[in-house]
Amino acid sequence: MFEIFGIPSQALFGQLLIGLINGSFYALLSLGLAVIFGMLNIINFTHGAQYMLGAFCAYFVLTYAGLNYWFALVIAPIVVGATGVVIERVFLQWLYKLDHLYGLLLTFGLALVIEGVFRNYFGSSGLPYRVPDALQGGQNLGFMFLPNYRAWVVAFSLVVCLATWYLIERTRLGAYLRAATENPTLVRAFGINVPRMITLTYGFGVGLAALAGVMAAPIYNVSPQMGADLIIIVFAVVVIGGMGSIMGAIVTGFGLGVIEGLTKVFFPEASNTVIFVIMAIVLLIRPAGLFGRGT
Amino acid sequence: MLDPRTPLLSVADLEAWYGESHILHGVTFDVFPGEVVTLLGRNGAGKTTTLKSVMGIVGRRNGSIRFEGAETINLPSNAIARAGVAFCPEERGIFASLNVEENLLLPPQVKPGGLKLEQIFELFPNLRERLGSSQGTKLSGGEQQMLAIGRILRTGARLLLLDEPTEGLAPVIIQQIGKTIRALKEKGFTILLVEQNFRFASTVADRYYVMEHGRVVHRFANSELDANLEKLHEYLGV
Repeated sequence: MFEIFGIPSQALFGQLLIGLINGSFYALLSLGLAVIFGMLNIINFTHGAQYMLGAFCAYFVLTYAGLNYWFALVIAPIVVGATGVVIERVFLQWLYKLDHLYGLLLTFGLALVIEGVFRNYFGSSGLPYRVPDALQGGQNLGFMFLPNYRAWVVAFSLVVCLATWYLIERTRLGAYLRAATENPTLVRAFGINVPRMITLTYGFGVGLAALAGVMAAPIYNVSPQMGADLIIIVFAVVVIGGMGSIMGAIVTGFGLGVIEGLTKVFFPEASNTVIFVIMAIVLLIRPAGLFGRGT
Repeated sequence: MLDPRTPLLSVADLEAWYGESHILHGVTFDVFPGEVVTLLGRNGAGKTTTLKSVMGIVGRRNGSIRFEGAETINLPSNAIARAGVAFCPEERGIFASLNVEENLLLPPQVKPGGLKLEQIFELFPNLRERLGSSQGTKLSGGEQQMLAIGRILRTGARLLLLDEPTEGLAPVIIQQIGKTIRALKEKGFTILLVEQNFRFASTVADRYYVMEHGRVVHRFANSELDANLEKLHEYLGV
């Protein structure tokens, strides 16, 4: 045991790890929001509820089908993403030409409905979800104890984030997406079915939220309001990073998680507000966000 | 190869609206395979709206637009593009979030027989040098126009809709665009051109349709140009 700035290393690195874990979820969720906002021009307030649905989906496939965490990691994003596709077809597609406010109200309302239904059936105390056997236990790194599951969450979300970034910024499909964000009419006139691409983009963004939900299930409880608690912070992260920037969402997500963790060590009283203070400062200095394109 | 006597594009009684405003009031014209046809007319005569109607990107359309004999009036623009129609918009539509190469490779191939990249670089040598450039919109106006035309040559589309490709460009670039259009015609492309620059149009076009108030009011072939000059000056107000 040694000390840094008068803080025991266990506490410092422990909070750093918690920061990275939280940052993983911030990054995954704000990434999905950024992808959705870029393509649909809709601020998806249902995102937190969809993250919660991902966690419940993991719980359901384990309880009723006996399929473990690894199956849930694949099934939940597909199932919840499919509900996203339905939401886009039934509701969202009618809102693109209207003010942002309509999309915001609709998705916020949907979130309230979904969370209300789940609270009705499952209460608000939360259901436990076991850490998968393969990731039980942890490593003693000398300066701290690293639980295997938490290391997995950080590494896997980083991989998913970077893969999404690569998909959007470096592939042909991503070029279609970026071009359609700018000028959907022209991209469609080149022969690309833009409405279908928009639907699938929403499904993908929602799938990312569900994936985050599955990863969160063993760490936090599976509970109806797990998304509502998190999504407020995630929106602050998105505002700081700048709407619509992919790398911005990833960097800001992890970065703010770490800052929040460190604040818990050095000035615990501010740990709940530090992200919002940063948001206020960023809004004053760079209203488009740190990575925003300034439009 | 299509019979040169059947039109590749046949537009009849085309009406179009932007929101509440009625722009086209029954436009009728034909474009035959291998032709370069130019729509002339003053600003607001409905030339661009006609092109956009053919491409299927106008709010509401009525009438008939047949491409290769098939009715397209009710198809969405992506289906019309897949049938082999390509569009180069007046504002060029270069994407700022894509680099030059991504812009060039963006339109998907819809038919076999499009130009190879190498052939496009022969037509537009500048594009090859600019390929490594970061942002498509950082090119000069002329280069952006070349990119906008170049990218639709790869797709295998047989009918090219070019909306004022010379607008705002230097004379030497306009010459290069003219040379390109003639070369494309030799390669078998059919081109429907919208032009304000009548002098430029006369160097490339086979036939002309003159539009006024959303209608075709006059038509003549390039060989009849001299006989029609006076009338044309009246229509175009030049």
